[in-house]
Amino acid sequence: MTDETATTTGAAGTEVAGTEAPRDDAASTGVQDAVTAAETDGAGPGDGAVDGDDVLVTVEDLKVHFPIKRGIVLERTAGHVYAVDGIDLTIRRGETYGLVGESGCGKTTLGRGLLRLVEPTGGRVVFDDTDVSTLKGETLRKSRRRMQMIFQDPLSSLDPRQSVESILVEGMRAHGLDSGKESTRARLVELLDSVGLPESALHKYPHEFSGGQRQRIGIARALAVEPDLIVADEPVSALDVSVQAQVLNLLEQLQQRLGLTYLVIAHDLAVVRHISDRIGVMYLGSLVEEASSDEMYAEPMHPYTKALLSAVPVPDPTVEDEREQILLTGDLPSPANPPTGCRFHTRCPWKQDTLCDTDRPELRDVGGGHRVACHYAEDILAGRITRHEVEPELVHPDA
Amino acid sequence: MALLDVRDLSVVFKRKGTRPFTAVDGVSFSVEPGQTVGLVGESGSGKSVTSLAIMGLLRKRGAEIGGSVTFEDTELLTLSDKQLRDRRGRDLGMVFQDPLSSLNPVITIGLQITEVLERHRGMSRKEARVEAAELLDRVGLPDPQRRIDEYPHQLSGGMRQRVLIAIALACRPKLLIADEPTTALDVTIQAQILSLLSELVSETDTALIMITHDLGIVAGLCDDVNVMYGGRIVERAQRHDLFDRSRHPYTHGLLQSIPRLDAPRGEPLTPIRGSVSDNIEWEQGCAFAPRCPNATDVCWSEPPELKADDGRMLRCHNPVAIGDAVTEGAL
Amino acid sequence: MSILSTRKADKIDSLAEGGTSLAMDALRRTFRSPVAILGLVIVGLFVILAIISPFVAPKDPYRPYPELKAELTPSNIPGPMPGFLLGSDQNGYDFFSRLLVGAQQTLFVGVFATLIGVTIGMIIGGLAGAFGGWVDSLLMRLTDIMLSIPSLLLAISIAALMPGSQWTVIIAVAMIGVPVFARLLRGAMMAQRSSDHVLAATALGVKRRTIVFRHMLPNSIGPVIVQATLTLATAIIDAAALSFLGLGDSDWRRAEWGLMLGNAQELLSVKPSLAFFPAIAIIVVALGFTLLGESMRESLDPKNRR
Repeated sequence: MTDETATTTGAAGTEVAGTEAPRDDAASTGVQDAVTAAETDGAGPGDGAVDGDDVLVTVEDLKVHFPIKRGIVLERTAGHVYAVDGIDLTIRRGETYGLVGESGCGKTTLGRGLLRLVEPTGGRVVFDDTDVSTLKGETLRKSRRRMQMIFQDPLSSLDPRQSVESILVEGMRAHGLDSGKESTRARLVELLDSVGLPESALHKYPHEFSGGQRQRIGIARALAVEPDLIVADEPVSALDVSVQAQVLNLLEQLQQRLGLTYLVIAHDLAVVRHISDRIGVMYLGSLVEEASSDEMYAEPMHPYTKALLSAVPVPDPTVEDEREQILLTGDLPSPANPPTGCRFHTRCPWKQDTLCDTDRPELRDVGGGHRVACHYAEDILAGRITRHEVEPELVHPDA
Repeated sequence: MALLDVRDLSVVFKRKGTRPFTAVDGVSFSVEPGQTVGLVGESGSGKSVTSLAIMGLLRKRGAEIGGSVTFEDTELLTLSDKQLRDRRGRDLGMVFQDPLSSLNPVITIGLQITEVLERHRGMSRKEARVEAAELLDRVGLPDPQRRIDEYPHQLSGGMRQRVLIAIALACRPKLLIADEPTTALDVTIQAQILSLLSELVSETDTALIMITHDLGIVAGLCDDVNVMYGGRIVERAQRHDLFDRSRHPYTHGLLQSIPRLDAPRGEPLTPIRGSVSDNIEWEQGCAFAPRCPNATDVCWSEPPELKADDGRMLRCHNPVAIGDAVTEGAL
Repeated sequence: MSILSTRKADKIDSLAEGGTSLAMDALRRTFRSPVAILGLVIVGLFVILAIISPFVAPKDPYRPYPELKAELTPSNIPGPMPGFLLGSDQNGYDFFSRLLVGAQQTLFVGVFATLIGVTIGMIIGGLAGAFGGWVDSLLMRLTDIMLSIPSLLLAISIAALMPGSQWTVIIAVAMIGVPVFARLLRGAMMAQRSSDHVLAATALGVKRRTIVFRHMLPNSIGPVIVQATLTLATAIIDAAALSFLGLGDSDWRRAEWGLMLGNAQELLSVKPSLAFFPAIAIIVVALGFTLLGESMRESLDPKNRR
């Protein structure tokens, strides 16, 4: 699996082309950035139509803005939270795409927008050549079979009143997969077996399991409808450290056996790096960098990615003693009032006097499918720009 | 002489209608002045209960506390509530996981600090305010003169944690206990707080007990590390010894099972099987036996003692062989 | 090896146990408290009494007895005499038998008033919770209006507008409960709407209707059941209040505690026990339902689990 993805990643420009291809309605969603982005990307190698078959999901300029309502009787919209603000990415069939970012960066909303669990404000999600963002009613409901989700909190995502059996059967029934009592039963046992739970679990209730076991039930529920894509939102962060590896290994085994495609959303870079073929880093509603897992670690180019990587503690004193940290000052700005220009400029230790606070950088390919949204990425990499102190800017959490 | 000496600490929770629950069982360790000691463990390991017991914060919660906690020759467990409160304000500081619920929401942060200063350091209101602003500046709260009159909800999580640290440090304690101080925070904010803590600790020569589930945090911060499992310490060593050659199968297993940022993509993880709910009682044997790859009959029948072994303390019948104990990545 | 394998077998056995639903669990927790048991005993006795009273009442409660009538004067109502444990009421009927049978009528009023209130309230709250949006806004403003009128005033207005019958009382009292139940269910369903397991069901492609009926409603019903138990207590009291104010049942013969209490108000100086016993009966029963409801509320509270 790893090898295969490595080669795909090697083919430069494949994914760029993917994002760029169906751009005709980008203008209608009214985003200057996306249009310019597509134009810049067009300079790269590879052409639009070639790679259609190995791409499973294409996200184009996806936007999810939540209105902020004020007033009691007569509600009015006082502003918007720009949770996801123009994201382009592609996920290839059979790969694991990791999405990292800190709380409030919009990674969860992106995952839900992709699954149409929240209504996107703009942009498109194309799943296996079907534009999911325009589906309605019964078609949308049926389309859900192929895209599933695994949740962070395994307890709250399982209905406390349903036995494991009815939790698992529910999805199958919704899509007419529960043909016959015998075969359904066999399928349930098979599902439980594939996530490492005994048959006796069928008649128990969620609260009778440990955290790790509950997460296995959640995974089995997703698998029950034979999906192609699974969006896993913080799949291990609610679990005990010693149990996390079990679930991560299980996810990997299942991927190999069933040819699943994963979008893994997590705040823990080590987890994402371990499980993902490619990683996208999000900051305040947009992608700031995207690269293969190994490359992201070896050569992070965006200042935020650098800071993020340097902040992760490694359980090894020798590494820790030598680690050079890039400490960010200040807090994450409010997604309701994002900074102008580059959204990271208020905290960026490499911030320059020009461009950074005026022009929003596009996610551009810097070679080998490594995409970065920074005006000065190359200069930073080459050492032509050096790090400087940043005066922390205050952020009111409720602003 | 040790600053804090914990001997045979045990905490048993008794509630009507339920079986008594032993959260902490015979825990002993000591902290030297200026030293940073880590207590690592997963949920249910007893690490937080240990810290609460040291601070005397379990007294009214139906907990039976045994053993002794000596702080500079004073036995803390037998102090009266008033004496303990006094001691807590002056010599012992504590930082909790959730900074919002640890701060009083209806009082300005300035007042929450000056309150401590006035009471324990006998300052006048004016002096206290000046000192509070200085403290806030010291913990890296930008624009402290203005921020001092704000309420906790007006600050971000990271800033609240800084305020909490400022309060804990207000009386220049000799010992600071930090219970998962960064668990609720994002990783970049965590890095800020951790570097602040280690900076303050080394500047003021304050001893620190760091309680966390994150082995990475411990690896960078602590001199001595205690690994707890099921309410007991199972391994104690200096951090290099512990991480380079973990001998207890639990510690070893943890290190093998957590994904490391510096490990290449796809490097397999070796999980610890089962979950904490599989534990057996320590009276019956080793609590970890049901999950342990090295378990033999003796582990299921005889509780292991914490013994000195290989330059560390170890509670195990069948420790990881020295040759195998080298943790990958440390090579 | 032997210890190892038996211990391990134990572990596996303990895994195979279980299968208790959350509702069962809550029920079991409820009846660990003595208060709940007291409530249950009171309510249980009341219900049993309501069922068997027509068969065990020593005399016919709906017929005057000449022995009693003979001694009945405007200033004297006969007290206990052989065969008549509590003597006569103001009409020469056997007071004790009427008191017993009164349990049935009182339960009838309480149960139906609550049931109607719950049903209408749940329809309103359920619609608001299931659809949200403008449906929710409209229905909730409606309940706000109902809530803004003091409950007894609301009941009095309804009772005054309708002919005096038992059903008038029931409906008037039921209306008091409607907005309460509506809000309660709506609130609980709104919380369910944004819960992970409802999101999970949506992501699975489960039909909207199935989600509402299988996930949202069952998980929201707990507080409604608790409130219904508590409402039974107040419904009985409210019904009595209406009767007391003369807005209740016009059939003075009916043996119902509220009505009996209402009709006894002018006779307090002649025979106070005519008011005293129905009043005590009402208080005890109301207390029983309240104790039961409160302990159920407590054990359903997730904060008190275990």
